[in-house]
Amino acid sequence: MFRHMLGKTLGLLGYTIQYGCIAHCAFEYIGEFVVCSGPSMEPTIVNHDVVFSERMSRHLFKIEKGDIVIAKSPFDPQMNICKRVIGLEGDKICTSSPSDLFKTHTYVPMGHVWLEGDNLRNSTDSRNYGPIPYALIRGRVCWKVTHEFNFKKEPEGHRQGSL
Amino acid sequence: MAQQTSAGRRYVQTFISGFFVAVPVTVTILDKLAYVARVEGASMQPFLNPDAGAQSDVVLLNRWSVRNYQVQRGDIVSVVSPRNPKQKIIKRVIGLEGDFIRTLSYKNRYVRVPDGHLWIEGDHRGHSLDSNCFGPVSLGLLHGRASHIIWPLNRWQCIKPSLPPNREPLDAEEDDE
Repeated sequence: MFRHMLGKTLGLLGYTIQYGCIAHCAFEYIGEFVVCSGPSMEPTIVNHDVVFSERMSRHLFKIEKGDIVIAKSPFDPQMNICKRVIGLEGDKICTSSPSDLFKTHTYVPMGHVWLEGDNLRNSTDSRNYGPIPYALIRGRVCWKVTHEFNFKKEPEGHRQGSL
Repeated sequence: MAQQTSAGRRYVQTFISGFFVAVPVTVTILDKLAYVARVEGASMQPFLNPDAGAQSDVVLLNRWSVRNYQVQRGDIVSVVSPRNPKQKIIKRVIGLEGDFIRTLSYKNRYVRVPDGHLWIEGDHRGHSLDSNCFGPVSLGLLHGRASHIIWPLNRWQCIKPSLPPNREPLDAEEDDE
């Protein structure tokens, strides 16, 4: 009786470990759903939007300029930031605002990327803390979960006529 | 004939089911628990790779202990290089976030390590690409903590955290007078 229970428990443990490892591989190498918060990517991504970020581009080093990425915050590794890639290594970035008289530029160093939020007025990004190392990028946002609720009431006469 | 094909099919089935168990488990162990790596280069001499021409040391990297980014001063850690994301470098932690340290060959003589960053240096001064070249590194780049040297066998040892002499942080509360 005891041996039977032990056998069953070990079997369950084995299955849990196996499926846990498969889940880890899926989240780490394929993609995961992320809930975004904050106004820095408006109007592309607003507060409480759910997006799907895929990991393959990051592991294969195929992140391109213009991609929206999820990255680890350089000042707190347990927090994530969601921004757009404005420049890759070697690119020239204009760091002055359009209203400045003298334009300043900077070059993105080797192995780094320059991130900016779409809502330039309300975003802390590379304009504040500089370029971030490429390896802090976790994934590329490729799909946004949109929820559209359409309540359109059709006029009564039209419905009867279509039959 | 029929028996051979069913045995062949069973073999393929067992192989595929074994594959789908072994690969995710191995990948998860390497990502979350432990990693084995060969140390190349002379930047951590004389502690790692003391003989330049002989075999390189192989270290065991503990990935579980850095899952919450907790490291101590004097630990030997592997981080993803900020200059080249495809390469990992192995250095010693000299300063944690908030420490005020004196640098060796950085553009500023004294640096306060920013929040969420580390200051790492190789033991072999002058032969090391470390924070003295590229500044503090973000904690998010931390890969693992070297816990043991496992090869060559005559150098098998447990790595204890130890700061090199004169590399302690300058304590801001200390009264110099």
